[in-house]
Amino acid sequence: MENTKTQEKRDYRPVIGLEFHVHLATRTKMFCGCRVTYGEEPNTHTCPVCLGHPGALPVANERAIELGVMAGLALNCEVHPRAVYARKNYFYPDLPKGYQITQYDEPICTGGYIDVQTSEGPVRVGITRLHLEEDAAKNVHAGESGRMHGSTGSYIDYNRGGTPLMEIVTEPDIDSPEVARATANQLKAILQSVGVSECDMEKGQLRCDANVSVREPDGSFGTKTELKNMNSFRFVERGLARELERQTELLENAERVGQSTMHYDPATDEVHELRSKEFAHDYRYFPEPDLLPVELNEAWVREIKSRLPELPEEMRDRFVGQYGLSSYDAGVLTADRELAAYYEAVAAEVDPKQAANWITGDLQALLNEAGVEVSESRVTPEKMAGIVRLVSEGTVSRAAAKDLLGRVFESGDSPAEVVEREGLAQMGGDELGGVVDRVVSENPDEAERVRGGDKKVVGFLVGQVMKATRGSADGGRAREVLLEKLSR
Amino acid sequence: MPAELQGLTAYELAERIRGGGVSAREATEAALDRIEEVEDDINAFVTRTPEIALEKAGRIDGRLRNGGLNLWECVPMAVKDVLSTRGVRTTCGSRILEDFEPLYDASALVNFGEDRIMVGKTNCDEFAMGSSNENSAYGPVHNPWDLDGVPGGSSGGSAAAVAAGEGWWALGTDTGGSVRQPAALCGIVGLKPTYGRVSRYGLIAFASSLDQIGPMTRDVRDAALLLQAIAGHDPRDSTSANVEVPDYLAGLEDGVSGLRVGVVTELTQNEGISPGVREATEKAARELAAAGAEVGEVSLPHSEYGLPAYYIIAPAEVSSNLARFDGVRYGHRVPAGGVHEMYRATREEGFGDEVKRRIMLGTYSLSSGYYEAYYAQAQKVRTKIIEDFRAAYARYDVLLTPTAPTVAFGIGTKVDDPLEMYAQDICSVPASLAGVPAISVPGGLSDGLPVGVQLMGDHFTEPTLLRAARALEKATGFHFEARPR
Repeated sequence: MENTKTQEKRDYRPVIGLEFHVHLATRTKMFCGCRVTYGEEPNTHTCPVCLGHPGALPVANERAIELGVMAGLALNCEVHPRAVYARKNYFYPDLPKGYQITQYDEPICTGGYIDVQTSEGPVRVGITRLHLEEDAAKNVHAGESGRMHGSTGSYIDYNRGGTPLMEIVTEPDIDSPEVARATANQLKAILQSVGVSECDMEKGQLRCDANVSVREPDGSFGTKTELKNMNSFRFVERGLARELERQTELLENAERVGQSTMHYDPATDEVHELRSKEFAHDYRYFPEPDLLPVELNEAWVREIKSRLPELPEEMRDRFVGQYGLSSYDAGVLTADRELAAYYEAVAAEVDPKQAANWITGDLQALLNEAGVEVSESRVTPEKMAGIVRLVSEGTVSRAAAKDLLGRVFESGDSPAEVVEREGLAQMGGDELGGVVDRVVSENPDEAERVRGGDKKVVGFLVGQVMKATRGSADGGRAREVLLEKLSR
Repeated sequence: MPAELQGLTAYELAERIRGGGVSAREATEAALDRIEEVEDDINAFVTRTPEIALEKAGRIDGRLRNGGLNLWECVPMAVKDVLSTRGVRTTCGSRILEDFEPLYDASALVNFGEDRIMVGKTNCDEFAMGSSNENSAYGPVHNPWDLDGVPGGSSGGSAAAVAAGEGWWALGTDTGGSVRQPAALCGIVGLKPTYGRVSRYGLIAFASSLDQIGPMTRDVRDAALLLQAIAGHDPRDSTSANVEVPDYLAGLEDGVSGLRVGVVTELTQNEGISPGVREATEKAARELAAAGAEVGEVSLPHSEYGLPAYYIIAPAEVSSNLARFDGVRYGHRVPAGGVHEMYRATREEGFGDEVKRRIMLGTYSLSSGYYEAYYAQAQKVRTKIIEDFRAAYARYDVLLTPTAPTVAFGIGTKVDDPLEMYAQDICSVPASLAGVPAISVPGGLSDGLPVGVQLMGDHFTEPTLLRAARALEKATGFHFEARPR
């Protein structure tokens, strides 16, 4: 039965578009002078404007407009000379005016793209639009779950209300959860490198929703659902995978995919329906009469463009040229602004290729395992450079250096100190010769076979040497010494 | 109030105070006495603030000795209850804000001066929606000329307070005629400045793209002085114009010799205009001509669509502007099950019928599927009307029309017919849609009740407009007299 079903399984191709909400790195809110803050005492950064008091009026934050233009330019968008604020009307306690000020039919930027590196080569994902708006306040639901369902009461923290927000919508060009994750990562890297947002997802500075459907085997588009609450890009990938499975299963069983908003629960790795969208909200958009349209002077846009910092792609190309790295390694290093800066600090001190190998390999593995950002790592660029240098100078073996990195990662002690304390220094010639002699005498049969020209057992003897030296010998040199001694 | 003070304009009173002839405190006490005397009949005030007024008057008297006082600061004033006043309840004539005390003062009041002598907050149609002041949660206002008649609206309280001599002047707000029409019906002067001339920060919005604060005064010179006090660019209001404020009193008395005045045919000959009002308008045209103006006829061909366009655009903005009154953060709240039930119960109880009607109209016209046919179409009409004005101002300096189609009507006579009530605004909405300044000046009596005539100017030409209005006021031989006697 299972088999027949698999055989009948037809080709449903995922169609994914992403929607990002990004807090802009301004000092003050979008339409008032209150400071943008995170984690402060609730309702301490509010005023008549962001509380929606009667008679208060919005004034657009010029810095937010500038950051929006910077983001648009970095995403290869067309920056329009005129953008119009609009009101999106709906009732909710976190929306003090009963409408959100946003941009609707005349957004500040449209029509850009991001080139995303994937395991199957580069993919170009279109950017439909980029616009500016204000964030809502934060609902705080009392009770154990922290969610509205089952809560004992609700409170609102208006500190977040009015935080400058940029919405970026992609074309539905994405055909797999993996590419969705890579797109999100690339977008984050671009926004960070340009400096328009810190994109700290834990602070809610970057949020991602996805529109998902599957294309039927005959090519027709399916009904799309909206997937929300993906507060990490890992969840974007996993949530999309689950939702695509759900939709495909429905269609295979000749059931209908309903228009709905889905919620991904990372704890159970499941998606469930948040609300049906069959009765869609009518937001009654209309031009915001309290604000004049944004008029963007062409010279200003040119000036902003001229001082745009290096973009990840540009940086990647530079890393290939300047440091002689592979495009892949350069891509990995430049996908994260912090990592790229870290790499450059290390590469300034030691061989850039060695530095890249250590950072993209052993260091990243340690960081991933510990769930630590490179900026928080105890292995500072100086210490990383120190380790690479100890290897290239021959002070520690490659194998011992790996151990050394792990210990520095744990303790934050200086590499030289750790080498000293743990006796990780590579053995000198005499000492190694002694160990080799001992291994040869302890393994006479194998030694004889090597003398007889059987090279296959050399590896075993090298292994014995490494074991005896607890890795502080260099494997290559141990092999050389062994062969030398056994050739006599 | 001593007849001697009651007979003065605000300007004259200010000069008298500055000259030491009377103290600000004495003038304030006189106003408070008059309020006490007539309020039972007029109901012009929602909230009276005698303590604040007397304290501020004391400060003004103190500052008199040091000089540096603006002339306007000496004169007590009444403020329409849609202007935000810090710590003084501001109801908008609505139950939903019955105990609401704002956190800040409207910019226009800040401009007037820290020591403004505010005698109280005046009654108005709820959220400034109405033409008779009958849509107030605090009872109707009675026209001082005829206590059974309406004072007009929505700034009916401000108009009646000035007409009744409960002070010398007041601030009103005008969205489609709410300063001019009650000024006309109460026999006083009412000026709606150019859109953007006076900051809207702290003016509790009715229709944001139309609202303006304006002076309601005993004569044109007082209107010029009060405009001087409140006008100016405000960085808190993105729609306020960064245009220099001229001296509105300079050249005020220069007359209309050579000034080109266009009588707007469609708005004067319209069948809805009562004969007495039309006669008064034509008489004003003759008087201006006699005073040296070049008077001709001009057409605003799209003005007949002004009323329907206005009654789509304004309610659309209302439906959004009034969404914030939801019982969550301030104002009236009716507890109910969930948050949506609370919204419904609060707004059901807090808003009156006319406000609800306009919220529904506006919600409808902004809805998807109707937006293009209503809101977008009305905006096109608005553009056409702006073009009409531009063409007219190529040939004329000011335009002349009636202010309102009728004199004051009886309280209760039009409440059941919203369309007839809306028709009160026929002459006043074109200037609102175009954003140009317009002033209503007393133009004599019809059936013993005051008639207003309207002059409209081009954007930011208030000096010309005021000069023409001043000349007309002189030509008609009008003299303010407080009523009832």
